Amino acid sequence: MSWILASPIIIPFATAVLAFLFRAGPEGRWLSVIGSAALLIASIVLMVEVLDQGVIAAQMGEWAAPFGITLVADLLSAVMVVITGITGLAVAVYALADIDEKKEALGYHALFQVLLAGVCGAFLTGDIFNLYVWFEVMLIASFGLLILGGTKVQLDGGIKYVTLNLISTILFLSGVGLLYGMTGTLNMADLHGAVQRVDNPGLLVVVAVMFMIAFGVKAAVFPLFFWLPASYHTPAFAVSAIFAGLLTKVGVYALIRTFTLIFTTDVPYTHTILLWVAGFTMVTGVLGAAAMNDFRRILSFHIVSQIGYMILGLALFTPLAIVGAVFYLVHHIIVKANLFLVAGVAERIAGSTDLDRIGGLYRYAPFLGLLFLIPAFSLAGFPPLSGFWAKYVLIKASLDAEGYLIAGVALAVGLLTIYSMTKIWGNAFWKPHPDGVEPRLSRLPGKDRAAFLSPIAALAILTCIIGFFPEPFVQFAERSAAQLLDPTDYITAVLGEPVIAPVAAEPVATQPVSVELTSGEPVTPTREVQQ
Amino acid sequence: MMNSIILNAATRLVVALLLLFSVFMLLRGHNLPGGGFIGGLIGATGFVLHSIAMGAQATRDTLRYEPQNIAMIGLGIALAAGVFAVFFGDAFFTGQWWFAGADPADPDDKGIPISSVLVFDIGVYLVVFGSLLTLVLALEEEV
Repeated sequence: MSWILASPIIIPFATAVLAFLFRAGPEGRWLSVIGSAALLIASIVLMVEVLDQGVIAAQMGEWAAPFGITLVADLLSAVMVVITGITGLAVAVYALADIDEKKEALGYHALFQVLLAGVCGAFLTGDIFNLYVWFEVMLIASFGLLILGGTKVQLDGGIKYVTLNLISTILFLSGVGLLYGMTGTLNMADLHGAVQRVDNPGLLVVVAVMFMIAFGVKAAVFPLFFWLPASYHTPAFAVSAIFAGLLTKVGVYALIRTFTLIFTTDVPYTHTILLWVAGFTMVTGVLGAAAMNDFRRILSFHIVSQIGYMILGLALFTPLAIVGAVFYLVHHIIVKANLFLVAGVAERIAGSTDLDRIGGLYRYAPFLGLLFLIPAFSLAGFPPLSGFWAKYVLIKASLDAEGYLIAGVALAVGLLTIYSMTKIWGNAFWKPHPDGVEPRLSRLPGKDRAAFLSPIAALAILTCIIGFFPEPFVQFAERSAAQLLDPTDYITAVLGEPVIAPVAAEPVATQPVSVELTSGEPVTPTREVQQ
Repeated sequence: MMNSIILNAATRLVVALLLLFSVFMLLRGHNLPGGGFIGGLIGATGFVLHSIAMGAQATRDTLRYEPQNIAMIGLGIALAAGVFAVFFGDAFFTGQWWFAGADPADPDDKGIPISSVLVFDIGVYLVVFGSLLTLVLALEEEV
């Protein structure tokens, strides 16, 4: 059990070491592909295990929970790891053609694998401080990837990225410290019970908001998203694709995890904030996209607006809404990474990502046009592609919760998404190339073409499969949402036996005793401060 | 790089002492203050001093291996120390102990304890040592 859970972290780290030592030759890039394929297999094994047995957990180094570091996989964690495996493999193959030897010699593949390890670690950990460590691992690796190549624009984007993310991690760390001071534990499953016993709920809400801001920066929600459009259009396309697909989604995952498992003590307050944040994120993101005139910048702003939909699912906090959020998360990672990969090919054959300086892609590269249309329409929510079902579930959930305004906003944002997608389509694909260049796919060397197009096609097929056969995916999301809303299984898997019997009368009687026994000392000082 | 005879002469002695001290700190770290991280920092300090006295290129020649490779090999060693537990059917990162030359009849006789925990610490030592020197040498060559 322990090894099934740990292998999605071990494999990328081992690959990183090997790929770094062989970075001078072509072995490095193939090691990266093999390692990513192994990660995908490991993630599927994990998924099968979770589907079979429900939530699984393991204690690293056999230090028992809640003292040691626990790795936990419920359905959400497992599916996120699988998606990481899929996008990781797709981008590793794409990088064969996209990353030049200079970047390889600087250790691109090693950084990429460390990033994958960080992402998998963040999805699998059951310890909130360990989550912070994985965030740091991701931050170091992603900063390295962002500035690899060292052009002026990249450094400019990189500094903004790292500064804002450091602020977020400091807030996160302070939040963890305060939470530990109040409850005396860092294990997330243990925290679920411990926060109910905190006798200063006001302070707990403050900590919850600190976590919200910290993860909000990571997830790029309104008003904390500035770093994303400032940096995502600068690095290599393979790098922006993996960033666009995975990095912000780790923030969303962390929000979903903490605001379903830990901070559910004052749902009307915290989740109302989230609802407003979701609405503003959707609107500002899509308006930003409408104002941009660069392939990658438009896509970057779309990430922001799409994050809003996922937060909307979490904010409504009904079973159906969580289903929508999980479904959206999975669909979005595939689609978004794919769009950035298409942008990379367009830049390579047409010469730029600036929409004024390219064109003619539809005439000379119709296959690329098709590969763009599938994720683009899916993102905008055209039936029967995957994005339609994701949006449908979310809007139905908001109508059920009588959030007519937010449902209207979500629909309008969908419309504006189509507007900016048609802008890309009209300029990059339909309009003739301003310099009279004929952007044909045959201008690429055969090997590069295969490495570029096979991951794009594979991800597009995956989008179609989710779109045409949504039933198993929705059922999966339903099961996952049920696990999130009732964390009993999660807690049992981590801590062994049920903590306190969920009978209404009993906890009341035992509450004061347990406060004094388990967290008497840390709680007392905060109480004095408040008085 | 500074051209000072006193510094040059002292460096030869001090580097050796610092490296020895760093190994001492590494081995002491299991139960007392010390360990791989601090040991690595002290060891790197030795070579930082060397590079100030003799120049960054001389330090690279003395090191023989690129510091970033040392760091990555250290990561590999630390990882291997964690994975080692698989051969004993334990969870990832479970410490494995071997009491060399211990008398099985006497519970107090621990012999020489050798463990995967120490291997992990050596990995950490190399990661810290290598990454610190990567940074410092790059900065010195930049100036």
